[in-house]
Amino acid sequence: MVNSIILNAATRLLVALLLLFSVYMMLRGHNLPGGGFIGGLIGATGFVLYAMAHGPEAARAALRYEPQNIAMMGLGIALAAGVYAVFFGDAFFTGQWWFAGADPADPDDKGLPISSVLVFDIGVYLVVFGSILTLVFALEEEV
Amino acid sequence: MPRVYGGPAGWISVLVPAAIFVWFLQFLAPVAAGEQVLIGTDWVPSMEIRLSFLIDGLSLTFGLLISGIGALVTLYSTRYLGNHPEYPRFVLFLLLFMVGMLGLVLSDNLIALFVFWEVTTISSYLLIGFDSDSAKSRRSALQALLLTGTGGLALLAGMILLGNAAGSFELSEILTMGDEIRAHEHYVPILILFLAGAFTKSAQFPFHFWLPNAMAAPTPVSAYLHSATMVKAGVYLMARMNPTLGGTEPWFWALVVAGGFTTVFASLLAVRQTDIKQVLAYTTLMALGALTLFIGAGTSSAIKAAMIFLVVHSLYKAALFLMIGIVDHETGTREVDRLRGLARKMPVTFVAGALAAISMAGIPPFFGFIGKEFLYKAGLELEVASLWVTGTIFAASVLMFMAAGISVARPFLGRTPEALAATHEGPAAMWVGPLVLGGLSLWFGLFSDLPEQWLVAPATWAVYGSTAVEVDLYLFREVNAAFILSLVTFAVGFVLYLARDRIRALLSRIIEANPIKFDPGWDRVLDGLKALAEWQTRLLQSGVLQRYMVITFVTLAIGMGVTIWTKDALGPLVLDLAATFDGLVFMHWAVLVFITCGALLTAYTSSRMTAVASLGVVGIGVALIFIMFSAPDVAITQLLVETLTVVLVAVAMLKLPNLKLRNEERRPGHAALSLVVGALVTVVIVAVVQDDIDRRITDYFEIASWPEAYGRNIVNVILVDFRALDTFGEIAVVVIAALAAYALLRGKRPGRVKRGEDD
Repeated sequence: MVNSIILNAATRLLVALLLLFSVYMMLRGHNLPGGGFIGGLIGATGFVLYAMAHGPEAARAALRYEPQNIAMMGLGIALAAGVYAVFFGDAFFTGQWWFAGADPADPDDKGLPISSVLVFDIGVYLVVFGSILTLVFALEEEV
Repeated sequence: MPRVYGGPAGWISVLVPAAIFVWFLQFLAPVAAGEQVLIGTDWVPSMEIRLSFLIDGLSLTFGLLISGIGALVTLYSTRYLGNHPEYPRFVLFLLLFMVGMLGLVLSDNLIALFVFWEVTTISSYLLIGFDSDSAKSRRSALQALLLTGTGGLALLAGMILLGNAAGSFELSEILTMGDEIRAHEHYVPILILFLAGAFTKSAQFPFHFWLPNAMAAPTPVSAYLHSATMVKAGVYLMARMNPTLGGTEPWFWALVVAGGFTTVFASLLAVRQTDIKQVLAYTTLMALGALTLFIGAGTSSAIKAAMIFLVVHSLYKAALFLMIGIVDHETGTREVDRLRGLARKMPVTFVAGALAAISMAGIPPFFGFIGKEFLYKAGLELEVASLWVTGTIFAASVLMFMAAGISVARPFLGRTPEALAATHEGPAAMWVGPLVLGGLSLWFGLFSDLPEQWLVAPATWAVYGSTAVEVDLYLFREVNAAFILSLVTFAVGFVLYLARDRIRALLSRIIEANPIKFDPGWDRVLDGLKALAEWQTRLLQSGVLQRYMVITFVTLAIGMGVTIWTKDALGPLVLDLAATFDGLVFMHWAVLVFITCGALLTAYTSSRMTAVASLGVVGIGVALIFIMFSAPDVAITQLLVETLTVVLVAVAMLKLPNLKLRNEERRPGHAALSLVVGALVTVVIVAVVQDDIDRRITDYFEIASWPEAYGRNIVNVILVDFRALDTFGEIAVVVIAALAAYALLRGKRPGRVKRGEDD
């Protein structure tokens, strides 16, 4: 924990921005640079910053859930996204898509694409996010 | 209908095997007509693993024994263990075992057979160690697991070799290819690996010692696993593979010698025991040895005799185990010297036990007599090793006669001592099983057409690999050598039974004088393994990060160097410097200088903090290279990881008192290692870019990314769609690494389990 007014003040703004940005990076990942892995790293950076400014206890309190549980949850979500395909007779981890509001006549109109692939990426996000925070919090509490 | 204890678990445990038994009955007629039934579905088609089942005479005989005896044993368990707090768990393990065993004997695919084989290994571990509070149970369970598990691994290797040699993993195909397999260059390794699996599972000498120890399991488990089913898995395997692997010299001698030796050795050990359950355990070993012996002998009459004896033994041995369980349940002891005159107190149990014991002694008109006659007949007809086979089986039969007396005549006949005066009959749920099995031993003897037509003949055809064998069971036809041998057996056996105390004392003296002891030997093997593990842990796991890094990089360097050297994979290495540096613009040069400076600073600084920061500089330089060569995803990841690493290490270092680097004297060595690894990596990269890269996969990803996976960022599409399974594996590793690190960091201070508040 670093006692610095500048860091404290800046953290309040930066954490919110980093978290927002991390979700943005994750969502755009399928078409532009980004994705769950990068998003998870950015999100974790936000909480690492918070832990440095306010201490790991405060960061844990702000996170509400144990980071290791978040990581396990992510792993479960990723697995569920893979198993989902099996119910449609496809192989494990085949992407399943739903183009909400797409115009069937126009092949280029994909509407709002929602997919099991996105769910998988959310799982990756949570795994990376939770695992890094598990490490960082434990390390910060240790030293 | 006896009342079933144990609640729903009790009912389920009885009804499931009973239903399976009834289901199997429908196959009796087609199989007796010489047909094979194949049922199957693709499991992992890309690896030729099918979930396919083959029902022929051998698997059907086993299937009926497993499910039929299973139903009787589970019914017995409802009273034997129904009040045990862990009873539902017991039922779970027992049914799991049954599934494994049925799968094992029915599987038509080698790999599936192996999976079921391991299911029986694991579930028997859980069952032997069911009384997990007892250190003896745990040790016995572990011993059985390690021995049969090791054999299982050998078996897997053998199956893969066999599958490759045959070009198929389907037993129904492999069984028709015996001549090709026997002539194959890998025949001997395949044989050794298969026998390693079968001998450990079926407790053949010198792997016999786990079976008597496994008697630590509850009695129903012993009756089921260690007489009728699991230990016969090895016998099943040998019988199953007989058409493919059998009939050669190595097969013959391996089985005949190991089987014969186990037979005599186990019979001798059996009659020296005073715990009746141990007597039965060793006679089981004898039976397994005899089955191995006769499958090895391999003539049609030997196979026929083995199949008869398989059924004979399953019936009487399960009955006897269940009987001694009732005695133990009612009197609290299984010691032969303390039991006397129980017949008047427990008449039904006595009748059941007596039926089984007479069959075991091989007295007419019981099924056991037919079994023994055919064993003798087959042994006498052998052209090679006839004396060895007949001699061992004669010795074993004599001792079986004696063991039958020790297990039933001795405890049940005579006058009831005072201590046992209050004993009474066991509950019906418990004596139904042994009574049915003992009754069958008599019934099959009187009406030998039944087992002949439905069980023995089809099984013999399956094992012999031809339906040309004539199977005709009979009690008595003429006075021949086998019949005379039987009479001699009774006479000698009876004399030995009368002299049992003196024989026991004599055997004890011989065995105690023998310096080779297997069970303590096993402990020494385990101790040796532990010492080896400790030694290599001390060597590799020093706990000092620097040493870990040195070990890792030395291994890497040796691995790369040896591969390059031996594979001669490089070919002429052309390092065209001009072409390499041609086309670099100022920005590229700037990044190169940037990285080089960072690396030099890392190597030469004496401050840890500076070293970490300058290593970060190197990392960011690499990220810049990724950006310049259009790999933004990798660049972003690299940048973030670099940042987090530097921040984390800095956090840790802020709190460390000593920022000066130590171990100055080691630096030349580390520098040399770094240079070697760096040079090798450079060589490999130069070699890789020199050749044309196969772009087929890349092209596919580029083409398919948008139309098939609806994504324009190929990197991400590969990660989450094309190769999602790989990613899943990686994130699983991430979680495991995080949890392991967490445990390490937390584990140091056990007092700090509860976190927060006190800061």
